[in-house]
Amino acid sequence: MRKIIVLGATSTIALEVQRQLATRGWELLVVGRSLGRLTEIKADLLVRGATRVLTYPAELSSIAEHNGVLEFASRMFPDFDTVLLAYGSMHDQSLAATSIPVLLDELQVDFVSSAALLTLFAADFERRRMGCIAAISSVAGDRGRRSNYPYGSAKGALALFLQGLRSRLYPAGVHVITIKPGPVRTPMTDHLPKALPLADPQEVAHDIVRALERRSPDILYTPMIWRYIMAVIELIPESIFKRLSF
Amino acid sequence: MSVQNPSADAAEPAETVLSWGRYPKVTHRDVHKPAWDDQVARILEAAGPGCLLPFGAGCSYGDSCLNAGRDLIACHRLNRLLEFDESTGVVRCEGGVSLSDIIETFLPKGWFVPVTPGTSFVTVGGAIANDVHGKNHHCAGTFGAHVHRLALHRSDSGLMVCSPAEHADMFHATVGGLGLTGVIAWADIQLKRVDGPWMTTESIPFSSLKSFLDLSHESNDRFEYTVAWIDCFSGKNARGIFFRGNHAANYRKKFHPKRGPKLPFALPAWVLNRWSVRAFNAAYYAVHALGKRAAMAPYDVFFYPLDSIRQWNLLYGAQGFLQYQCVVPENRLEAFEELLERIARSGMGSFLGVLKQFGSAPPAGILSFPRPGLTIALDFAMRGERTLELMRSFDEIVQASGGALYPAKDARMSPAMFQTSFPEWRSLIPYIDPKMSSSFWRRVTALPPG
Repeated sequence: MRKIIVLGATSTIALEVQRQLATRGWELLVVGRSLGRLTEIKADLLVRGATRVLTYPAELSSIAEHNGVLEFASRMFPDFDTVLLAYGSMHDQSLAATSIPVLLDELQVDFVSSAALLTLFAADFERRRMGCIAAISSVAGDRGRRSNYPYGSAKGALALFLQGLRSRLYPAGVHVITIKPGPVRTPMTDHLPKALPLADPQEVAHDIVRALERRSPDILYTPMIWRYIMAVIELIPESIFKRLSF
Repeated sequence: MSVQNPSADAAEPAETVLSWGRYPKVTHRDVHKPAWDDQVARILEAAGPGCLLPFGAGCSYGDSCLNAGRDLIACHRLNRLLEFDESTGVVRCEGGVSLSDIIETFLPKGWFVPVTPGTSFVTVGGAIANDVHGKNHHCAGTFGAHVHRLALHRSDSGLMVCSPAEHADMFHATVGGLGLTGVIAWADIQLKRVDGPWMTTESIPFSSLKSFLDLSHESNDRFEYTVAWIDCFSGKNARGIFFRGNHAANYRKKFHPKRGPKLPFALPAWVLNRWSVRAFNAAYYAVHALGKRAAMAPYDVFFYPLDSIRQWNLLYGAQGFLQYQCVVPENRLEAFEELLERIARSGMGSFLGVLKQFGSAPPAGILSFPRPGLTIALDFAMRGERTLELMRSFDEIVQASGGALYPAKDARMSPAMFQTSFPEWRSLIPYIDPKMSSSFWRRVTALPPG
């Protein structure tokens, strides 16, 4: 039986991943800010067939609360073999580009706290010489764009961090998966222009679940077309790219 | 037609949300998309009077799920299963859970939805608010008859739990209440035991209304599900195919759910014309007319043939379409024949003609549509005033016969038509949440704006 800890369990993508894992018989420890919402998730997952669901409320953007998560997991959910980091935030771009407190908050949530939390779990897996760490970055992290570089830079930094972590943990047999979704229909993207093609969370979750089950690939673009879109975007010379307004 | 809310004029961002018929095309001031139950109360609190309407999957055809110029509360993210009792088969779920989600979760355990309309994409909230019916109406009644309890978010009194035993009046107002009594937080639904995903089915051609009725009468006791497809060009000598079926017992063949193609965009309006539809109908009839046939069919093929073509509503082109679903009392057969004649003469009907004999189950809600008689549902591509004129000519017959039109399918009936179809409509008013309203309700009650 596989056992997963989901960090940021109330995010839309996490919700779908958890449901699909539940029907596949995984045991879950769901971590998020609101105990009330975690309790709703637990009920839903149990009805859908999960064998066991634990909840742990924590404000994950606050590094002071991280040790509590690992302690709880080690005590109540020992031998967990997978960690999925799924939380993130995207502020309004015009705010994040001009307000330093907003910018710092975005970096704190999307990169600093994530890197700290994963360092904690990396040490635990490395010691046990097993496990799989997956974290949700974004295609926005592949190239800095005018319209959302604060978010993109945090997610890009997270992707670089995961790349290094993957190499460090490789000798210990711990696998690291960088998940790069394209834009997904979630509360985070509700305010974006309606013309933008958005992927369904179910579809993205399906790809993530398959990657978690196989502990592969290293870098997952989902939906897969984004791998090719980003390959093209990365080919655009900077002298041209800087003039593009998207 | 739809009334603009004066207070909405200042607000800029408008969102187009379409119902299944893609007509009328109206804009909304805002579409709230709560993802958690705790957010609903806050949305209710912040809204002005008559500003909100819960929105499920948008499977209603007309404007009963729209709130032009005002706000919607889209409930699709409120889709959690909260409790399931294996011994009784009662599931408690949030209002945004779809019937397909319930079926996929519980059919492997041997449970099925008690009543289902022709699509599984509807939400539980929508199924209750429209008190939907299905092919088993003659033995199971409507969806509302299988709801044990429900909880409503009310803007005036918070969360209110009601059932046929507690706050029974609010319960009967909410079942079939078109979303006007509040946002359904959760409901307890009685699922039914089945042996598996397979159905034993029979299809039998008929070539008159009388032979349809004979088939229907003789099938009602032996078959849980009955429905007929009807060729809308055949007039009162109605020809069609009668379908009937039961859940199969002890049939263990492997089952693979179907997932078909998707219509990517609205087809040009000329694709469906009287000749192409006539040709389709003739071919469809010819295929089934060879005689009675029996077959095993998976439940999705039997109940939801159209669900396998996602967005089939785009078939009718950019202008959308209207569905005409009425019920005519069975002792007014001549009225029903006259209706079939007018449909045939118009040459404007489409290939999705459905005929069913309702049973005599008492209505589960104040505004429940089904009542003893014959119901027919037929699509008409929207071609402007002449389509509306045609439907008004149908209304005359239905109204004179003492029949009714189905609000969930309607985008155009007159206040007079509605008020004679649902003589009890005023008794819903005291239960309407002061912050709820809908395009449909404003239209058919002809209330002043604001």
